Amino acid sequence: MVQRIDQDRARFREIVRGSVKKDLRKYLSSGELIGKQGKRFVSIPLPQIELPRFRFGSNKGKGVGQGEGGEGEPAGTGDGDGAGQAGEQAGQHVLEVEVGLDELAQIMGEELALPRIESKGKKTIRALGGGYSSISRVGPESLRHFKRTFREALKRTIASGTYDPANPIVIPVKEDRRYRSFKLREVPDSSAVVIYMMDVSGSMGREQKEIVRIESFWIDTWLRSQYKNIEVRYVVHDAAAQEVDQHTFYNLRESGGTKISSAYELLLELLERKYAQDEWNVYPFHFSDGDNWSARDTERCVSLMKEKLLPRCNQFAYGQVKSAYGSGQFKKDLDSAFRGDERVVTSDILDRDSIPESIRHFLGKGR
Amino acid sequence: MGNLTPELLAERDKIKAVAETYGLDFYETVFELVDAEELNEVASYGGFPRRYPHWRFGMEYDQLAKSYEYGLSKIYELVINNDPCYAYLMRNNPVVDQKLVMAHVYGHCDFFKNNLWFGPTNRKMIDQMANHGTQVRRFVEDVGQDAVEDFLDIATSLDNLIDVHSAYRKALPRTREEHGGSARRESIDVPRLRAKDYMERYINPPEYLERERKRMEAEQSQAKRFPPKPVKDVLAFLIEHAPLEPWEREILSLIREEAYYFAPQGMTKIMNEGWASYWHSRIMTRHSLTDAEIIDFADHHSGTVHATPGRINPYKLGIELFRDIEMRWNKGRFGREWETCDDAERRLAWDMELGEGLKKIFDVRKIYNDITFLEEFLTPEFAEEQKLFVYGMNQRTGRVEILDRDPTRVKKELLKALTNFGQPYITVADANYANRGELLLEHRWDGVEIQVQQAQATLRNVQRLWRRPVHLHTFVEGKGKVLSYDGRSDSARETDERVELEES
Repeated sequence: MVQRIDQDRARFREIVRGSVKKDLRKYLSSGELIGKQGKRFVSIPLPQIELPRFRFGSNKGKGVGQGEGGEGEPAGTGDGDGAGQAGEQAGQHVLEVEVGLDELAQIMGEELALPRIESKGKKTIRALGGGYSSISRVGPESLRHFKRTFREALKRTIASGTYDPANPIVIPVKEDRRYRSFKLREVPDSSAVVIYMMDVSGSMGREQKEIVRIESFWIDTWLRSQYKNIEVRYVVHDAAAQEVDQHTFYNLRESGGTKISSAYELLLELLERKYAQDEWNVYPFHFSDGDNWSARDTERCVSLMKEKLLPRCNQFAYGQVKSAYGSGQFKKDLDSAFRGDERVVTSDILDRDSIPESIRHFLGKGR
Repeated sequence: MGNLTPELLAERDKIKAVAETYGLDFYETVFELVDAEELNEVASYGGFPRRYPHWRFGMEYDQLAKSYEYGLSKIYELVINNDPCYAYLMRNNPVVDQKLVMAHVYGHCDFFKNNLWFGPTNRKMIDQMANHGTQVRRFVEDVGQDAVEDFLDIATSLDNLIDVHSAYRKALPRTREEHGGSARRESIDVPRLRAKDYMERYINPPEYLERERKRMEAEQSQAKRFPPKPVKDVLAFLIEHAPLEPWEREILSLIREEAYYFAPQGMTKIMNEGWASYWHSRIMTRHSLTDAEIIDFADHHSGTVHATPGRINPYKLGIELFRDIEMRWNKGRFGREWETCDDAERRLAWDMELGEGLKKIFDVRKIYNDITFLEEFLTPEFAEEQKLFVYGMNQRTGRVEILDRDPTRVKKELLKALTNFGQPYITVADANYANRGELLLEHRWDGVEIQVQQAQATLRNVQRLWRRPVHLHTFVEGKGKVLSYDGRSDSARETDERVELEES
């Protein structure tokens, strides 16, 4: 049977893609998809892909069931298919399709016109790959290359003049045997580390964190599609910084003052300790409401970045989430200190709707 | 034909012979062994290896493939109403499953061939579907993929607007009446009985005359409308009267044809599955099973016919009802004497040793469909024995609860759900609505609302065919409502009609 279905399937995927793309901005600014994330897929609800029909509404309500139970007991039907609907009719459920994270990243890339990221100039060479791609004269019998062996034998018989076309029997001897052998190949490897830093001081509210969460998810999705090997680290800070796991990062609520330099110091320590400069592409993302403790501390941040951090980073991103309490001074300070420096990108995130723009701003340079 | 292994071939011959001695009567049945992917593929095409291309088959396949991969579901049997019948067996099923499926399939094939409602279905549908495929592909070449796909989307979204009960009407109904005739407005003379003057008032009471005159007037103005009578086969009406391109007409016709082909399967789901289950159970347990297979068989059989609480399993309901009928006709539990007997003890021991059960169920499978089947044979005793109940949403607690176990109510709900097999009943009421050539569809109220959002979207599709504004008259929350789409925007207007909502 010819796989006719492949055509229809491809068409279906195309439609799904189109419809995801159309609604991408909606997804980008709501946390909806994050909860549905599997390991490699997200499932996306697509109500509009089902063909509309004249059909009964949900107030149909009643139906007939079968089983134990007294009157007034729950019938355990879930959404309950009435009799007679069995088979022919799809229920009222919303269709969910799974889309690979890679595909999603690609769609996002197209929609936001994100350039592919160029790796930092210093490509690390690492012997990772390879395979049974070469031939050797010795080896285990299980790896014997039959064709090559036969060819050698044929060559030998012809060269020695014992080959008889009328009776073409070729018998390989020990010297003819060829074996597959393993060959190491040097593959360029690109790895990246993303460090999310978040201000968790009292002024960052629930909504601000949600925005950070959504934005980080999409940045993550994109960077993961660009690098094979990616590590993600999370840092939170108020007056002091500490490294935390993902769950804590999103759920922690601290209060207290803000000393941004503490985070940058921790970042620097992390990079020096773990991520050798010429092996890693480094992407720090810092989210805060822009309220720093003192101008002195801001100065310290700027000098830290200038001298130590920026040379190590592909790009340093600072996102300023608008909050009721934050002054927003930090972004202004950064902007004036690094005017014209491509390595520093800052962005204002006013509300959820500005998330796509901010993502484009951060990732649009392709660094 | 077919590609069964010798072992399965031997089993098939055995099962076929047994089925035939019982009197099952079927077209030649071809079994194909296929692997899971092929089976999923055929299944997503509704059982047909070749059909027209459409993305929704791909969607179907995606879902089947996924749920098979995750081990959530697998397809056991797939049989096509065709001459010869085609049935697919999954290659990696154990032999006992294959036997079960083969016996089940012979049940289906017998039903296809003999049930009255399947009578008019095309028995060369496999070829016909392939033809449709070729046709559609040709249109794709002519007018382009996008145009055809758009149109298929529209046509598919309307494919439930057919008249399932007119299964025997083969040709398109001629709805266009001869126009012409006299244009002059005829005065209405109500025929009256002859009477003496003084008796006139009594023989021909004026109220009666007035009523009669109104009726005739209404009849006359109705006859001037177009269509003169509401048309249930909306698709046929559109094919005939909507301003379509020739290729559009063709596609709409083939969608309609396929809808009619599938309709009887929806009308006889309970009977068909019940009948097939009855026979696989009977053939397997009495003739085909080996001792070693009995546990697996029992497991899979009960998997097929198990009753999930709060849901009707057509396999279960069907097989039990057929068994109940067989028992009743074996013991003579029917007819006036049985029905009027209210001596519980006598009823319990009732057995006239008629032995007509088997003959009766063969008759039943011939002339009934799900609605008449349940209407006639679902007895109060059966409803109680099968623990049937009516469920519904309890507004107070906000959960779905068992409302009632009263057999009459159960039966009423069951039948209601089957009316027009679970689809809203929609007719073309007026094709010259407001005297502007607009199309008015009428949803016949039977107590359940249609889903308004979907209806609006569907209406847009109708408009794409009719080109002029279209309207749907229905009831929402007890009030009359006319939904409209004029090609640019949706609108909805309330009328002053009221219907009573059922208390729930």
